[in-house]
Amino acid sequence: MKKLLIPALLSALILGCSSTPIPDENGGAPVESRGASSGVAPVTAGGVDANGLPRELTDPKSKLSQRSIYFDLDKYEVKDEYKDLVASHAKYLVANRGFKMLIQGNTDERGSREYNLSLGQKRAEAVKRSLVLLGAKEEQLESVSLGEEKPKNAGHDESAWSENRRADMLYKAADGRGEF
Amino acid sequence: MQRITRRAFLAFALLTAGVAQAQLSIEITGAGANRIPVAIADLLGDATASRVITSTVRSDLERSGLFKLIDTTGAALDENAQINHGDWKSRGADALAAGSIGRSPDGRMEARFRLYDTQKAVSLGGAAYITSNEQLRAAGHRIADYIYEKLTGEKGIFSTRIAYVVKSRGQFLLQIADADGQGAATALTSTEPIISPAWSPDGSKLAYVSFEKKKPVIYVHSLASGQRSIVANFKGSNSAPAWSPDGRKLAIVLSKDGNSQLYAVNADGSGLQRLTQSGGIDTEPRYSADGGTIFFTSDRGGSPQIYQVGASGGEARRVTFEGSYNVSPRPSPDGKSLAFISRREGRFQLATMDLASRQVQVLTDSNKDESPSFAPNSRMILIATEVGGRGVLSAVSSDGRIKQRLSVAAGDVREPAWGPFYK
Repeated sequence: MKKLLIPALLSALILGCSSTPIPDENGGAPVESRGASSGVAPVTAGGVDANGLPRELTDPKSKLSQRSIYFDLDKYEVKDEYKDLVASHAKYLVANRGFKMLIQGNTDERGSREYNLSLGQKRAEAVKRSLVLLGAKEEQLESVSLGEEKPKNAGHDESAWSENRRADMLYKAADGRGEF
Repeated sequence: MQRITRRAFLAFALLTAGVAQAQLSIEITGAGANRIPVAIADLLGDATASRVITSTVRSDLERSGLFKLIDTTGAALDENAQINHGDWKSRGADALAAGSIGRSPDGRMEARFRLYDTQKAVSLGGAAYITSNEQLRAAGHRIADYIYEKLTGEKGIFSTRIAYVVKSRGQFLLQIADADGQGAATALTSTEPIISPAWSPDGSKLAYVSFEKKKPVIYVHSLASGQRSIVANFKGSNSAPAWSPDGRKLAIVLSKDGNSQLYAVNADGSGLQRLTQSGGIDTEPRYSADGGTIFFTSDRGGSPQIYQVGASGGEARRVTFEGSYNVSPRPSPDGKSLAFISRREGRFQLATMDLASRQVQVLTDSNKDESPSFAPNSRMILIATEVGGRGVLSAVSSDGRIKQRLSVAAGDVREPAWGPFYK
């Protein structure tokens, strides 16, 4: 009985498989580039991404997909090179009053955790103030700090530290969907 | 005696609140100059129980760096034995402890002992503690505290507990252990960071900052019940909780009005009151021992330095002047000194300031000291530091002479907080 059962199961499996199309049967594109799990971004109707945000906020070709502002050691001034980026985000927030933004300040690992928490807060607050000056509303913005607790780069050298001295901008759409 | 049974309940509650793991191990890297030679005889009675208790007493006393243990060559003496003081004196012992493990009149396990001054050939007193098989080490800590106090004149800290955070495999564990690192129990497990644990003065609760809501929020956590409540979750960041000495208030740091500023709040989260008004960062508040003032870190002068302000606010006074980075002020429980972290040539080191003379002493030679915490008797300071790229805890005597290292095998240890005296 056992011997009979196995071939029966196998044929059932083969039958099951044969009901789905075999991709390169017709000599088409390689298998790897097909299917949801292999390089095809899922698109939701209405032009929003998987988080429910408009694609212009996350499409790598859009300036608004750039969400990080980097800082110098012990500093919390937004450097000139980021003024354009901040202005683009301010413009978006002005045009989309229902949208909210969470600004998370970060620091490198050196020094007191609590002092770093406050330093990260000052960085987030500096970005928030720039956005408000350019027309974004207080109610749209919250600045918080993650201090040294959530490093982007886990290394222990200057190149890691410079990546971690940073403020990130996260969006939430009017319907409550988004990145925070 | 009732206290030990209450402690047993507490330890049990802790154990059931989370799985005990990540045991701390201790390594001593220094000793005091003039150590008191003391002999701890084996307790008469059950040999296994005696071994647990006497080894706890011996390692406690030795670890303190203030005692030198004299070999007792397996002598078991009970608390009523006739003591040959001359013999012990000739072996080099200035003091001798002898005792027994037996049954109290109501049938419970009881550890009794007596302490002798062999020089003067007199008894210095004795005590008996109700215990159980699970609580033998606790009884040993109580005996060690008694001996420590009789011989040094200061209260012992062997029965106290410490809290710290272990980061292991992407998880953050808030753990509670005995002061010797044994008996670790996990009070809270989180996938998000936990920082700044602070003991309530009665030792029943911890305040801390958790990032579980994707931003820093302050909680108060009752250890025995595991019950947690939010003390501050305002817009912005909520951090750096510190208990007032009467346990009624917490000094906290909020950024709800812009930058980090000091506030005071009742322990239940009510009665918020702003304490500082500066354009810069004000953080890391700590009440002075008398509760009258608050030490804190501020960059109002251009670099982070330590300041002092009245407990209800007012004019702040600068405390540190040397160097460009002095943070994490911790006033000693005896009110005499201030421990803090000082950056010197890019290295972060533990320093103390004598509050009367304002003299500063650097106590370590490390690169990454953080989060100092005084033992309740002000003799030792627990810090987080780094050895070989891994976070470890280190206990340093207030004079810098004695150093102990506590590490966890499979993780980073950080954010230590030494609990209050065991009541």
